[in-house]
Amino acid sequence: MLDYVWLVPLFPIIGAIINGIFGTKLSKKTVGVVACGVIGLSFLVSVLVFFSLLQLPPESRSFEKIIYTWIAAGDLKTTVGFLVDPLSMIMMLTVSGVSFLIHIYSVGYMHDDEGFKRYFTYLNLFVFSMLVLVCANNFLMMFVGWEGVGLCSYLLIGFWYQRKEPADAGKKAFVVNRIGDYGFLLAMMLIFVTFGTLNFKEVFNIAHYNFQVGSMVITAITLLLFVGATGKSAQIPLYTWLPDAMEGPTPVSALIHAATMVTAGVYMVVRCNVLFTLAPISLTVVAIIGVVTAVFTASIALAANDIKRVLAYSTISQLGYMFLACGVGAFSAGIFHLMTHAFFKALLFLGAGSVMHAMAGELDMRKMGALKSHMPRTYWTFLIATLAIAGIFPFAGFFSKDEILWNAFQKNTVLWVLGAGAALMTAFYMFRAVFMTFHGESRVDEEVAKHLHESPSVMTSPLVVLAILSAIGGFVGIPIIKGANVFHDFLAPVTGEHLAGSAKVTLTNLAYASSTAVSSGEAVHHPVGLEVLMMAISLAIALGGLGLAYYMYIKNPSLPKRLAEKFKLLYHLICNKYFVDEIYDFLFVNPIKRGSEILWTFFDVRVVDGMVNGSGRFVEFGSSVLKRIQTGYVQNYALSILVGIGAIIAYFLFM
Amino acid sequence: MDLVIPKIDVVSLGPELILSIAAIFVLLVSVFLPKGRKDPAAYLSLLGIFFAFVSSIFLWGNPRYSFNNMILVDNFALFFNSIFLIAAGLSILMSVNYLEEQEMSHGEFYALILFATVGMMFMAAGSNLITIFLGLETMSISIYVLAGFFRRSNKSNESALKYLLLGAFSSAFLLYGIAMMYGATGTTDLKGISEYLSKAAYLKDPMLLAGMGLLLVGFGFKIASVPFHMWTPDVYEGAPTSITAFMSVGVKAAAFAAFVRVFLYSLWNLQPDWNHVLWILAVLTMTLGNVVAISQNNIKRMLAYSSIAHAGYIMIGMVASSELGTSGILFYMLAYAFMNLGAFGVIILYGRKGEENLDINDYSGMGFKYPGLALLMTVFMFSLAGIPPTAGFVGKFYIFSAAIKSGYIWLAIIGVMNSLVSVYYYLRITVMMYMKEPVKEFAGLKWSPSMAIALIIAVIGTLLIGIFPSPYLDLARQSVQLFM
Repeated sequence: MLDYVWLVPLFPIIGAIINGIFGTKLSKKTVGVVACGVIGLSFLVSVLVFFSLLQLPPESRSFEKIIYTWIAAGDLKTTVGFLVDPLSMIMMLTVSGVSFLIHIYSVGYMHDDEGFKRYFTYLNLFVFSMLVLVCANNFLMMFVGWEGVGLCSYLLIGFWYQRKEPADAGKKAFVVNRIGDYGFLLAMMLIFVTFGTLNFKEVFNIAHYNFQVGSMVITAITLLLFVGATGKSAQIPLYTWLPDAMEGPTPVSALIHAATMVTAGVYMVVRCNVLFTLAPISLTVVAIIGVVTAVFTASIALAANDIKRVLAYSTISQLGYMFLACGVGAFSAGIFHLMTHAFFKALLFLGAGSVMHAMAGELDMRKMGALKSHMPRTYWTFLIATLAIAGIFPFAGFFSKDEILWNAFQKNTVLWVLGAGAALMTAFYMFRAVFMTFHGESRVDEEVAKHLHESPSVMTSPLVVLAILSAIGGFVGIPIIKGANVFHDFLAPVTGEHLAGSAKVTLTNLAYASSTAVSSGEAVHHPVGLEVLMMAISLAIALGGLGLAYYMYIKNPSLPKRLAEKFKLLYHLICNKYFVDEIYDFLFVNPIKRGSEILWTFFDVRVVDGMVNGSGRFVEFGSSVLKRIQTGYVQNYALSILVGIGAIIAYFLFM
Repeated sequence: MDLVIPKIDVVSLGPELILSIAAIFVLLVSVFLPKGRKDPAAYLSLLGIFFAFVSSIFLWGNPRYSFNNMILVDNFALFFNSIFLIAAGLSILMSVNYLEEQEMSHGEFYALILFATVGMMFMAAGSNLITIFLGLETMSISIYVLAGFFRRSNKSNESALKYLLLGAFSSAFLLYGIAMMYGATGTTDLKGISEYLSKAAYLKDPMLLAGMGLLLVGFGFKIASVPFHMWTPDVYEGAPTSITAFMSVGVKAAAFAAFVRVFLYSLWNLQPDWNHVLWILAVLTMTLGNVVAISQNNIKRMLAYSSIAHAGYIMIGMVASSELGTSGILFYMLAYAFMNLGAFGVIILYGRKGEENLDINDYSGMGFKYPGLALLMTVFMFSLAGIPPTAGFVGKFYIFSAAIKSGYIWLAIIGVMNSLVSVYYYLRITVMMYMKEPVKEFAGLKWSPSMAIALIIAVIGTLLIGIFPSPYLDLARQSVQLFM
């Protein structure tokens, strides 16, 4: 089955081609069936490939399938090939699985939209690109997928291009991503110059055996790669495009701007973990950027009133967590959080979409409230996702977030403190969203209130599936108990982390170890006990956030307003997202705009066009002169031949 | 005196014999065909071309001398055979309706094309200067007649007469060159000349060098190299368009086949001498061709200058004097065959009697009225300009990279700059078709099955070679392997 891995990306592109070319001739139903069907097939093949991979012993679970030689130019030889290993496998399953659910949801959500066929063409194309990105066996092909998802993201953010905001948001996303892509490109060139190949395995092998830790060139490569990651995964300083990207259809926000595409940067860093491990400086940068982003954007989410914006900032913040994990060397923890986040964040977005669907497109949480009774399925699934993201035991987010915080704690206490602060804020703003949307008094417009309804089952069924995954998805990565962290062990061959880490103990002495650790306080010597303690603290933090939100929005609904009055300046600052967009506009966008205008009116029109037109006119003049030689008289032609002969023979004889 | 009867090896002359027999048959049959309905003759010719192609394939990979070393049937000759046959076949397909439209449908037309093709094959397979000369004359005389085939048209007559006069003039030089070669080396056999030169202590023999110069002139005339190119625009413009297409591909390919064989094989030891001259001629040829093409308003004249420019590009491959360069020439000729024949096919289809639509302005707005035809023309123009993913791009790429590998970087740069200039006049047609308002009424197209087949073959060839070049490049490589 491993040989058929190429089918995984093939199916979505077939769907995109069918819907793209014949879409106008097909009925909406057919379009929907084709689009969902191809993704379903893709997921099915991924599952089969997964089981084939499991048949192999852990150390040989890495399979390359070369389709053909794509480019052979001089030293550069690149293949179209796929790499199947635990890492790409997890990504393949997550991407195709979540995509499948979101495709089904979209059939209901987009049902009345004119661009139904266009939408599914783009969405299939996106899944194709994303799968190419995660299955690629070399940097260049990964870059193809990388650019492909960027393009689809642009197309889908600006899906309703007739309105100004989506079109602008699409453009912004594209331009900001370009900065990151430039970093990726430079990194790729540097890799080729340094290693002479772009194949993952070859690069990592050479790097592992021939380079020292701290090598300058590896540091440069990894930093450039990370620039690419900050663009695609919306990290400081390139995160500003993601909140605006919420202008796209909500399922798109769920799929592209929460579950899959934005995690490409994390995937890339983990894929290159061999390189990053050789560059401690880069790792530190990754960790700091990650944790700062997590805290910074979580704070913006505290005061946002647009439900999708809350989720967008939350996404950026969670991505920050994943980078924090990578930065402290816990690559598998990063991927673990990536997977669980894909479940619960997709669910949150789809839930928000369901609410929007009922509220005739309303996004402002101040105009919601008490929706619980009107849309029970949406409420319960949304609640489960919130519990998961807040890190409440035993939902999926608890395990993945805790693993990150624990790893951060072992590395550096400051990182942990910041991470824990972000966790507190996460729990707070997520429950704030739940309370404002579903609980309390109804603030819904009367006109809208008449039409409140639960969404059709084509939309709620994916919610239920995702809710189940968000609830139990964490159990593949249970910490402390030896052998229970299946996820970690599965990834170990790729991330190079030890099977069953030193901090793991068996179930029997768990109780003893933890009790001694807590009582004696010798945390450093009893990491197991400490780990349990840290888990308890994480849980306490999450519950604290929950409680605070409950106090402020259910018990005491007037409190937030008073607080906002009291800390007017701070509130104003947060409400305006720290004026980052304005600062960027002032520092970069406007000067560049002015500069380009000058370049256009002076350099382009006068210098470039002048030169081009000038040389054109020169050639044209020459042409009209030379044309006159052609007299039409045979004797002149014969003369020309004679002159030619004379010159040639003279040259031969006398030179 | 001993008289040695040469061994008669009929098999090695298979393609030539099949074509000759087909041509005679066409002449005989067409007598019995009703006036103005001579298309069975065309189909008979196509059948002959098909079998000639098949027999060429059977001869592939098994080089042999025959007829007392007058003929060398090797992959090189067979590769060129296929180009000639493609050119002849497509030209015939394009001619069927064209001739009827012009009320000039005669069986002799097809027979002459076949005879000309036989002449070309002898030029490619000739291993003796005499064989090459005979092939050249067989080809040329047929083409003289074909150029003047529209005997009621003044332009056609002018074309034929000019071509005949200048052709005779240049043939005389070629023959004189052969005589001098014989005088200097004592043989007209290509292998003999090569052996003589490799043993000769003194290569500065004036008779030898003058002979070489005259040979260069003879071939230079047929490939339309500057300064022997003057006939080209006038002849191309006046000749029936399908013959212009045939000439621009077939004659040029045949002349290059002989040119390459004589210079890169027989006169290899004189390479340092002729190389500089070819360098200069290549630069002059491309530059003049491209520059003057810009100010042409007649599309046939424009393509005539374009064909001069292409001769210049191909000469770069000769200057490179390497296996890569030579196989690049073969590849380029194949690509050129498809794209150029295709372009002429579109011209034929777009025009009609009394309204030839040969002025470039006639193409204004054509893309809206005939999107399919305009798309075909766009593909051919892109290919001629050397824009990917077409055959023209790959051809240029191989020739220029051969030049760079042999150290002629400036030549490659001049070549690239020239193709930049050429983009202007090729894309001008596209701009006309898609971005200008129509200036006249469109009379409607008369699609015929044969023309449709020809255009489809041409466009598929252009794109296929452009997208998957390696099998064809491999064939070209195999054709020059045993050669140097």
